[in-house]
Amino acid sequence: MIVIQNLSKQFRHKNQVYQALDKVSLDIAEGDIVGIIGRSGAGKSTLIRCVNMLERPDEGAVMIHGRNLATCTPKQLADERKKIGMIFQHFNLLSSRTVFDNVALPLELDKTDKATIHRKVTALLEVVGLQNKADEYPRSLSGGQKQRVAIARALANDPHLLLCDEATSALDPETTQSILQLLRDINRRLNITILLITHEMHVVKSICNHVAVIDQGKLVAQGTLETLLKESQHPVIQQFIHTQAMSLPPDIYNTLQPEYTPGLHPLVEIELEGNVAFDSLVNTFHSQYHLPYKLIKADIEYLGSTNFGRVLLHLQGTDDSNRNALLYLNSHHIKNTIRGYA
Amino acid sequence: MPDTTLSLLLKGLGETVFMTFVSGFFGFALGLPAGIFLYLTRKGQLLEHVLYNRILSVTINIFRSIPFIILIVWMIPFTRILVGTSIGMAAALVPLSIGAAPFIARLVENSLLEVPGGLVETARAMGATPVQIVTKVLLPEALPSLINAAAITLIALVGYSAMGGAVGAGGLGQIGYQYGYVGYDAFIMNSVLVLLVALVFAIQATGDRLSRKFNHR
Repeated sequence: MIVIQNLSKQFRHKNQVYQALDKVSLDIAEGDIVGIIGRSGAGKSTLIRCVNMLERPDEGAVMIHGRNLATCTPKQLADERKKIGMIFQHFNLLSSRTVFDNVALPLELDKTDKATIHRKVTALLEVVGLQNKADEYPRSLSGGQKQRVAIARALANDPHLLLCDEATSALDPETTQSILQLLRDINRRLNITILLITHEMHVVKSICNHVAVIDQGKLVAQGTLETLLKESQHPVIQQFIHTQAMSLPPDIYNTLQPEYTPGLHPLVEIELEGNVAFDSLVNTFHSQYHLPYKLIKADIEYLGSTNFGRVLLHLQGTDDSNRNALLYLNSHHIKNTIRGYA
Repeated sequence: MPDTTLSLLLKGLGETVFMTFVSGFFGFALGLPAGIFLYLTRKGQLLEHVLYNRILSVTINIFRSIPFIILIVWMIPFTRILVGTSIGMAAALVPLSIGAAPFIARLVENSLLEVPGGLVETARAMGATPVQIVTKVLLPEALPSLINAAAITLIALVGYSAMGGAVGAGGLGQIGYQYGYVGYDAFIMNSVLVLLVALVFAIQATGDRLSRKFNHR
């Protein structure tokens, strides 16, 4: 159990005081994957760096298994840090060491004997799928491979907690997914608690069980992903949930009219916010209003039993059935916008 | 070329190489720890300490501003205490080492500054002690740059040792001074120059090769 209590941190730059963290409290259960999301400059990086005291908080406590890291002696802190793995946005591998020796570094610091180092590093490289790269230098690896080496290194001391500081922000989407998959695997197989910070909602959606949203140094919401998406009205959360209005395909965009004229059909963008399932919605259109429609675009994500996202429908029924369908949306508080008529 | 001239030149070369490398060694023995200390006590670094950093920095600047030829003379009493004499090769090693050390300290500081700060942070997150961070992270990562610094230093020392030759330290400098400046023997003077040029080229080439070999960035 990791308990973050009332963490505060100020930075002074010349005469300006900047509150990076403002009484942040957060409980992390063992074996959980917790994501902290926020815009850049929100304080998320400071927060994760305070967890292992890379940054000293001005006030507050970080309790790990009942011990407060903020009041540890340097020796105790070093010992606690050995049980906390950390990975970074820019991997931070030593260019002078091979993949094998990079992973071996934390063990060397602990004065582990050579045979044990060899056994552990080999096993770790297998976990991250890089056993055939052991003797290469980091410069010959891709970004995703570098992060895998960094993960293996972070696991070398058998940590109970893994801190991920924007670990996927420098990677392309596909690599990001494979790294997240690896983190999820590690969490399940080794039962390591993971705390990650990110500015990307899809990272949180992909692997986190619990989410906290940080804005201007304060935690503005926390809970499971589902409850957060459903309930929270905080603008920062809304911003992370809602993507931009959908772009229209060019052929429709060119023929789209802003005003209704007879013979044209409405193009409606519907926001799914977890209060209605997409399939039941189209079912209703079909069976209740006998409404033919064309699905132009959809961007839907399923989270447990609910779904979130946007769909763009071109309704193609009679004027009456089109109007009734729109009335149905409004009466059921399903957000929709008429983008035009075509 | 008569045998005596050849052996004279070879002896001079040997002395110059000896002075360069031995004073380079002692220069590093003093300059490397000083450079590491300068780096570690800088603002925002591991052992940040404004006062210590300032004291060392000022000392280094003072020593670096003394022209070498004056440093030799100025240090004579100290040299006498240390090696018992103020003339000859052994005596020259003292001002050469002291003259090189602050120069090396600054080069080392710069090399360490080139190591990405994230690596130090990563080592801290692993629970590394400051000594471990220096020996396992900073020095190995800065090695190619440190080798370049060593080559620069040794080449500077070739020049310094020639200057020392003018005041009785031996080596190619003394030969060039006696036979060239005083006696004006063009052949010996030019031979000395060729040997010095060859020595400098050899040091630079070796430095470049070693630096490349250890550079995996």
